[in-house]
Amino acid sequence: MRHLLSATDLDRDQAVMLLDTAAELASVTDRAVKKLPTLRGRTVANLFFEDSTRTRLSFEAAAKRLSADVITFTAKGSSVSKGESLKDTALTLEAMGAQAIVLRHHASGAAQRLAESGWIDASVVNAGDGTHEHPTQALLDAFTLRQHLRDGEGDLSGLRVVIVGDILHSRVARSNVWLLRTLGAQVTLVAPPTLVPFGVDSWPCAVSYDLDDVLPEADAVMMLRVQAERMTAAYFPSAHEYSRRYGLDAARASALAEHAVVLHPGPMNRGMEITADVADSPRSLVVDQVANGVSVRMAVLYHVLADPGSVLGEEPA
Amino acid sequence: MTSTDILIRGVRPLGGRDVVDLVISEGRIRDIGSGLMGTEGARVIEAGGRICLPGLVDLHTHLREPGREDTETIETGCQAAALGGYTAVHAMANTQPVADTAGVVEQVWRRGREIGLCEVVPVGAVTVGLGGERLAELGAMAESAARVRVFSDDGICVSDPLLMRRALEYVKGFDGVVAQHAQEPRLTIGAQMNEGALSGELGLPGWPAVAEEAIIARDVLLAEHVGSRLHVCHLSTRGSVEIIRWAKERGIDVTAEVTPHHLMLTEDLARSYDPLFKVNPPLRTIEDVEAVRAGLADGTIDIVATDHAPHAHEDKDCEWSAGAFGMLGLQTAVGVVAEAMVATGSMTWEQVADRMSVAPARIARLKDQGRPLIPGEPAHLTIIDPDAPWTVRPELLASRSRNTPYVERTLPASVWATFFQGQPTVLEGSLA
Amino acid sequence: MPVARVLDAADLTRVVGRISHEILEKSHGPDDLILLGIPRRGVPLAQRIAERMHSIEGVDVPVGSLDVTMYRDDIGLRGARPLGTTDVPLGGIDDRIVVLVDDVLFSGRTIRSALDALNDIGRPRAVRLAVLIDRGHRNFRFAPITSGRTFPPREPRMFGSTWWKRTGWMRCCSARPRRVAHEAPTECH
Repeated sequence: MRHLLSATDLDRDQAVMLLDTAAELASVTDRAVKKLPTLRGRTVANLFFEDSTRTRLSFEAAAKRLSADVITFTAKGSSVSKGESLKDTALTLEAMGAQAIVLRHHASGAAQRLAESGWIDASVVNAGDGTHEHPTQALLDAFTLRQHLRDGEGDLSGLRVVIVGDILHSRVARSNVWLLRTLGAQVTLVAPPTLVPFGVDSWPCAVSYDLDDVLPEADAVMMLRVQAERMTAAYFPSAHEYSRRYGLDAARASALAEHAVVLHPGPMNRGMEITADVADSPRSLVVDQVANGVSVRMAVLYHVLADPGSVLGEEPA
Repeated sequence: MTSTDILIRGVRPLGGRDVVDLVISEGRIRDIGSGLMGTEGARVIEAGGRICLPGLVDLHTHLREPGREDTETIETGCQAAALGGYTAVHAMANTQPVADTAGVVEQVWRRGREIGLCEVVPVGAVTVGLGGERLAELGAMAESAARVRVFSDDGICVSDPLLMRRALEYVKGFDGVVAQHAQEPRLTIGAQMNEGALSGELGLPGWPAVAEEAIIARDVLLAEHVGSRLHVCHLSTRGSVEIIRWAKERGIDVTAEVTPHHLMLTEDLARSYDPLFKVNPPLRTIEDVEAVRAGLADGTIDIVATDHAPHAHEDKDCEWSAGAFGMLGLQTAVGVVAEAMVATGSMTWEQVADRMSVAPARIARLKDQGRPLIPGEPAHLTIIDPDAPWTVRPELLASRSRNTPYVERTLPASVWATFFQGQPTVLEGSLA
Repeated sequence: MPVARVLDAADLTRVVGRISHEILEKSHGPDDLILLGIPRRGVPLAQRIAERMHSIEGVDVPVGSLDVTMYRDDIGLRGARPLGTTDVPLGGIDDRIVVLVDDVLFSGRTIRSALDALNDIGRPRAVRLAVLIDRGHRNFRFAPITSGRTFPPREPRMFGSTWWKRTGWMRCCSARPRRVAHEAPTECH
């Protein structure tokens, strides 16, 4: 697994192995020395073209816990000016010794382009590319679900997961649909018809426009961030109508089965897709998601750099 | 006295079975027949039984000069055209400055004459600066030395229905034609590739077929209403073919073009996220490809036009959404049409001659191009070897740019020679 | 690949017995001892030694496991491996005598990694090593406290062991070498 670009890169066994690895690595925090020397002397570069403090810090923490050196490049703004092209920046980071590049970019497919264009030899980990994928988010979501609903072992066979929100623009939704399906879960997407991608009926999941209809059967509900600005492009008439029809409030939360849990990739739009009391309730695993993110990303970095096809594999022994 | 006469020995006109010889003198076909001798001192060219068509005419090319000479100049564009078998190309107006005045179109026209490799016919913009707000000086451009007859804002749709109506009416005054780039802007904001299941999966904003079809439907009805003729650029969807078929059955004076890449390539190429395959209108589904092929074969689509669009390396060597829209097309057109239409048995070489020479010349009102291969006619000729496969490689391209989607692909047929005004511009596959 | 048996089930029982006695002798008894098996095959072996010690001394010696995958220095050469479990018994390793248990000692890389791992977990009083087979081709210098069989450095054969969980038997075997001399032994039957 030289790169991790998409949740579809992983089959069931690979996904379970990553989750198992993450579970072992989580216990490092209980040790006297909370670091492992695995990537000592190696350099991981964070290349973030989109602002995201949360994900960036998570990858930084993961790399550092493996004793890697971390260099970070962040670019502001939504358009890439001539001096900040993806190719140029990646070449610069590789020249500075990066053996792995963690990329977040506003263009769908940017991570795949970086990995396959031949510009660089480094391994590429997709930290979110446009509206396409965010595979490590899906992995940490799966890890969290496994931890709470499957005793931290095996896959997610038979688990019923509902994903609610702006599916059309969500890379988290896409990666989760593919990965949850690979791990044997059943996924239902819930959104107004305008926020569901064209051709979604070919996806391996169900689609519903009625949130109240699907909540009682769900084992887990994943709420996605919905931007209020979408209403200016006529995706929905008003923020109020959106949250009335698709928001998770206390009343809806009480319709959930007793064991059911609530996830959110963050950052949350409290009051829009989720109310504060639900976000802070015992059902909500948001804080666990963040903690699990570091172990999962440690597992990913290890697997990517340990692959014999990676730059490290070509170095003389 | 050295003669400029030429005796071409052994060609099959329009791909027919008879192998004949051809004598060219003073820019015209003097004689066609078997066992011709030619005049004294004439140059003899052995064509070995290859196919001879009237010189190809491209109704849709981007020569980038003035303004983007880093990607293509009129000279390099004409070289690519000649190598592709073309004796006339129409240079689209989206240059810098835009070709919306007599001055700019004359500049382009003169440069083409200076170079002398093929006829360069400027296309005039429909609206000032391609802004879509008011009509450009269409009459002035028509009366200029360039004698513009085709007008297009290509790159941008003339989306305002009132403006489109006025343009259709106005060009009747000089037998002009408006060539529409059919793309409803409000339905294609930020669009990157064909809208479908694949675009949803890849996370790329979609360019729905209806955005093309809705404009075509509107424009054919407008053309009918005002009694004008309309040309539709780069048709790409099954629905568009059906609308054109319906319009023609109604007697509407509409013509349509399809690009070689829309005859051959599908949206699946976007999976690579390589902007080499990014084009406007986008590559569509296999059903659309089959429909446009059938439309070209039965004449619903009148012509093949390349939409040759050179782009700088850095505008393609990047992530998809940062990439420019467009592909090269002049040098590979014959090979692609041979593979998509002739090798599949959908069209004969005679029909290819119609779609790539006769019909484009008629739409553009070019009196010297697309003529029958008989004595007395101007000697604009293309000689094609239908059994000479060639692999597309960057070093074989005359264009200044390299953005061809067929790189490392082998095409079944190649252009062996091109004759412009009775003289060879290309011989044995190279510039003469 | 021809496979020869080095230790059969009965031999193994005797060797485990000898190893258990030797460890207890060198440590002057079971106090402060803690056995850590190195996954995968060191773990069941450590279990058997602990069981034997229990029948000798009547005391429960704490036994656990120490996975060293993340401490290896050959990342990128052999691909990512699934991690084994690290299970340090309650009470930790501080001021204890840690006995690392593995089936085969070859280059010593694994043990070197294990020492690094122990360093990050706590501060043991002493670290000792017990292996079934000592191949002697070591890149690192240390002597195990006890081994089942020793082979001279020129020995070309590869060694491995198989553990049948159900029956609790263990068997050691050897085979002709493969192409790459420094590759670690793999499981053979």
